[in-house]
Amino acid sequence: MSRRKRTRTIRSAAQSLTITENAMAETNIKYGLIAEFDTTADTLHAAAMVRDAGYRRWDVFTPFPVHGMDEAMGLPRSKVGWFTFFAGLTGFTLGMLMIWWMNAYDYPIVVGGKPLFSPIFSFPVAYECTILLGAFGSLFGMLFLNRLPKLYNPLFRSVRFARVTHDKFFIVVEATDPRFSDIDTRKLLERAGSKHIEEVRD
Amino acid sequence: MAEQLVRSVPVIPHTPAELERQPLILNQRPFGWLSDHIAGVAEGKTPRWWWIAFVPSFVIMVVCLSCVTYLISTGVGVWGLMIPVGWAWDITNFVFWIGIGHAGTLISAILFLLRQRWRTSINRAAEAMTIFAVICAGLFPLIHIGRVWLGWWLLPLPNANSIWPQFRSPLLWDVFAVSTYFTVSLLFWYMGLIPDLATMRDRATTKIRQFLYGLFALGWTGSNRHWSNYEKAYLLLAGLSTPLVLSVHSIVSFDFAVSQVPGWHTTIFPPYFVAGAIFSGFGMVLSLMIPLRSWAHLEEIVTIRHIELMCKVVMATGSIVGYAYAMEFFIAWYSGNPYELYAFKNRAFGPYAWAYWIMVGCNVISPQIFWWKWARTNPWFVFIISIFVNIGMWFERFVIIVTSLHRDYMPSNWGYFKPTWVDIWTFIGTFGLFMTLFLLFARFLPVIAISEVKGVTPQADPHHPLGGAKPHHH
Repeated sequence: MSRRKRTRTIRSAAQSLTITENAMAETNIKYGLIAEFDTTADTLHAAAMVRDAGYRRWDVFTPFPVHGMDEAMGLPRSKVGWFTFFAGLTGFTLGMLMIWWMNAYDYPIVVGGKPLFSPIFSFPVAYECTILLGAFGSLFGMLFLNRLPKLYNPLFRSVRFARVTHDKFFIVVEATDPRFSDIDTRKLLERAGSKHIEEVRD
Repeated sequence: MAEQLVRSVPVIPHTPAELERQPLILNQRPFGWLSDHIAGVAEGKTPRWWWIAFVPSFVIMVVCLSCVTYLISTGVGVWGLMIPVGWAWDITNFVFWIGIGHAGTLISAILFLLRQRWRTSINRAAEAMTIFAVICAGLFPLIHIGRVWLGWWLLPLPNANSIWPQFRSPLLWDVFAVSTYFTVSLLFWYMGLIPDLATMRDRATTKIRQFLYGLFALGWTGSNRHWSNYEKAYLLLAGLSTPLVLSVHSIVSFDFAVSQVPGWHTTIFPPYFVAGAIFSGFGMVLSLMIPLRSWAHLEEIVTIRHIELMCKVVMATGSIVGYAYAMEFFIAWYSGNPYELYAFKNRAFGPYAWAYWIMVGCNVISPQIFWWKWARTNPWFVFIISIFVNIGMWFERFVIIVTSLHRDYMPSNWGYFKPTWVDIWTFIGTFGLFMTLFLLFARFLPVIAISEVKGVTPQADPHHPLGGAKPHHH
């Protein structure tokens, strides 16, 4: 497939429409400014500049996680671990309680003179339950923190943005940021080295 | 004086060519080339090699399903099982397939924790292999119980007898281990796919592809705030899968080791089973990746270096398995237990000696060829050895199960197990099921983790000149 053909296709599954540049101008809510970069080093330096300028509602978009970008953006540590930990703890507790309740309380069965309940023979199953719920906690914790699934995104209206999953890097500053200004923000992104800046409307 | 000044300047020698490490992706391919090349396998017109592989696989899968239907409608008597050999090909096949899955998790989780960046070229296909192998594995315990419609009694669900599963049995631990393994492998695989599904969505040219890839990509944009949580979740899933994969085959080995059958009741089983599982799984990864890289033209991404590294894992785990065989024999003699010693003598020199020596030949001797570099770097030669590994590991489980059972404590029970045609075709049929699923995966999803492969190229590193880093001026 040719690259031109691909960039012409619009990314959203929710609205699989081909929108021309003219149609974009007709919508009227300003979403923000989107600046394109070619290399990881350029993007990393630009991100540090946007961070130092004190913006809050902005983000960097890359085809793969770039090493050092969290520090360049000034992001705090991810909180996914708490979801994993509490889900895993729940799994272990529920596993042990289930085995005790089923085999020692609700319907006790004597097998080979073994105790009705023991944490030793219960361990393998409770251990698997820990991992099972911990894995669900990690995936769904990540999706919850990222507010995904979100099938519609104003950025999908930008034709050039479709290359973010291919080979380009973007910095987006949202218009709702208190420091956002059409002129100053654009100047900052230009100074940061972007060769292409456009406005995204929703 | 001048001479001393010259000597104080450190001389940095140029790295000789033979010591230069091979790059993970050959020819410094750019990001766009990687997505075009990998996603291209799942796009456009279906290539001829795919149909040539798919049609026979599908037919063999139908044979498998027919055999299973015949078994369920008639009864387990259509198999060659006869007391005392109550477990034979069914459980052999179960352990064989579940073991194959283990390499996928080793590659995706353990090599990730060990920072082995070469895993990115093979982890996607290996994880898919895990999931499909566990599907094939899960089939056998389910159909060998005889009354398949009562299979749900294995789950902790209320039933009309008001009785619960018996949690002191290792067989029940296995139900939990295998179902957890399948679920967690699927979650891990799907999570890794999300960024690549977004790539597929952004490249899609038809509405149906846009809709389906878009739906499963969940609206992924590559936001760094998202990547931050994503990478943490990925690390945690790897951290959870590592003890999981070690526990699954340990628990499978408990099915045997917790019993009192001579030849099964040994403490070496958990580590020995895990090593064997990784060994057989890498054998299967090689059997799948060598044709795939050649037919789908992925030689620059799955390089000779990757194949060589996998061969080293095969050689290492094959040697561990060989050590375990020797140690089992030693302990059988050293324990002074006549039943245990008889079980092992009977394995090596009894009526199933042919199976034992196939096992030793394929698992212990054949991978030793990988001490030679030419053997590790010659893909089709490696392919042949990987087939030997698969055969050997199937025979290992056959030897453990059938030779230990066919001569029990009462000589009047002794017999010789022979499979029926239903045994044979059900097993061959699972290869059809496995290959059908794998080929569908290769046709519709990216067979290599695109975003992860991009991340290990030099141009992804912001401190590398190819990543755009400027030389420092002091």
